[in-house]
Amino acid sequence: MVVQKLVSQTMMALNGDEAVAWAVKQSNVDVVAAYPITPQTIIVERISEFVHNGEVDMEFIRVESEHSALSASWGAALAGARAFTATAANGLALMWEILYITASTRTPVVMAVVNRALSAPINIHNDHSDSMGARDSGWIQIYSEDAQEAYDNTIMAFRIAEEAMLPVMVTLDGFTISHTLQNVSVLPDEVVSNFVGIRKIPRIKLPHIYGEKEIPLMLNPKYPISFGPLDLFDYYFEHKVQQNEAMKASIPIIEKVHREFAEISGRSYEPVHMIPYKTEDADVVLLGLSSTMSVVRKVVDELRSEGKKVGAIRLRVFRPFPADMIRKELSKISTVGILDRSLSFGAEGGPVFMEVRSALYSSSSKPTVYDYVYGLGGRDLPPKLIKKAFNELLEAREEPEKPVIKYLGVRE
Amino acid sequence: MSTPMVGWKDLPMAAVPFLSAREYPTGEWAVFQPKIDESKCVKCGLCWMYCPDSVYRWDGEGVPVPDLDHCKGCGICATECPTKAIEMVRI
Ligand code: SF4
Ligand code: SF4
Repeated sequence: MVVQKLVSQTMMALNGDEAVAWAVKQSNVDVVAAYPITPQTIIVERISEFVHNGEVDMEFIRVESEHSALSASWGAALAGARAFTATAANGLALMWEILYITASTRTPVVMAVVNRALSAPINIHNDHSDSMGARDSGWIQIYSEDAQEAYDNTIMAFRIAEEAMLPVMVTLDGFTISHTLQNVSVLPDEVVSNFVGIRKIPRIKLPHIYGEKEIPLMLNPKYPISFGPLDLFDYYFEHKVQQNEAMKASIPIIEKVHREFAEISGRSYEPVHMIPYKTEDADVVLLGLSSTMSVVRKVVDELRSEGKKVGAIRLRVFRPFPADMIRKELSKISTVGILDRSLSFGAEGGPVFMEVRSALYSSSSKPTVYDYVYGLGGRDLPPKLIKKAFNELLEAREEPEKPVIKYLGVRE
Repeated sequence: MSTPMVGWKDLPMAAVPFLSAREYPTGEWAVFQPKIDESKCVKCGLCWMYCPDSVYRWDGEGVPVPDLDHCKGCGICATECPTKAIEMVRI
């Protein structure tokens, strides 16, 4: 949906990784600490070129691992900098410890995660096992559908992170988006720079240490404070609840930032958390994330021309999970198929399936929900398999006795 | 702890400590504690430097004094003391 074009934008041929690097270049980022990993490498390569050429005023820290990449970004953000890093797959797994620390200390780091399968066996191609594995770490997660959205999401992520005081992961599908050239509308530097502004540091009161004086929430020699040193039985639980509430409170912030971005770019993502496609009168719907959904929409069009009432929903924001919106949107649908591009071993379904089905439990009209696991390790999901899923859903009218995972495109 | 416990709504955000670390007596689980023989101490400061818990204070006549509320009893200071002025005593 195009709102209004306020500024003229430059059309550039960029792959998804380059689009993210451009967004970082324009967003007044102070520090980038990064370690290269396929398929993310292009992002930090481009950023280091910008730094080398003097095109940006930014500190680029070369580190020896992803654990250090996030640690350095976290430290920089604690010191008041706007910090960015990027990773994929096993690199994200190596950051695990610091993912939690970044979120718990309410540090607004922005990170691009170029989705890639986790070892073993080693596989460099796209699925969502990496970011889904990090879903409980307290990061906001926004899933991009194409290079344009990866660019837009990265710019918005800085605003969202700093207003919500939570770290944000912007994901893009490995190779499918990261290495595929696309026409990307790039905003003028100063427009992005004005939109994101300079990082503001919130102020807090620590009455037991500094009395009634408000101090900046950052590492500051004038008002020394430590972040996250020790909470045992006494305050750990309270801090975690506080963090969970902050996640919930970020929902309206995410919406507000999207609306403001639509005003400057003309690109509106509505509704922000999940985008329905031809669902108004649909009998069955496929719900999934990221680049796959553009193919699903094509298949929806084809099946619609055959008179079949099918629709699609793309979930953009997985954390915080928009449960109310899912309930509302799916209450009128009889059968829903979930596209899961990762597994939760031994569970009743993939991560997206479990969340959606659980959200629907409190809905009065419970749709039948099936789980379709697909595309692990970059396996293709051709339109004919999507059609197969839709046709199966159109025939299935009854809730199976227990959840069944169906695999799309695996050999038996 | 002397201060009343507060709920999550009143807790400062970002996991910054609600109380100063000074108010957590973390020396309670020590089995051994250092005892300094002042006559042997040459005031070199190695115990102060090596202690992982910043237990030593520069009180008195330049002889380091351990704050036993925060000593874990690890014995590093006793090992590092060049004049063997520190003895680890079972408590
Ligand atoms: S025993 Fe360990 S903790 Fe205690 S004062 Fe010596 S070095 Fe510090
Ligand atoms: S290390 Fe030994 S000699 Fe040196 S200051 Fe400490 S107690 Fe004294």
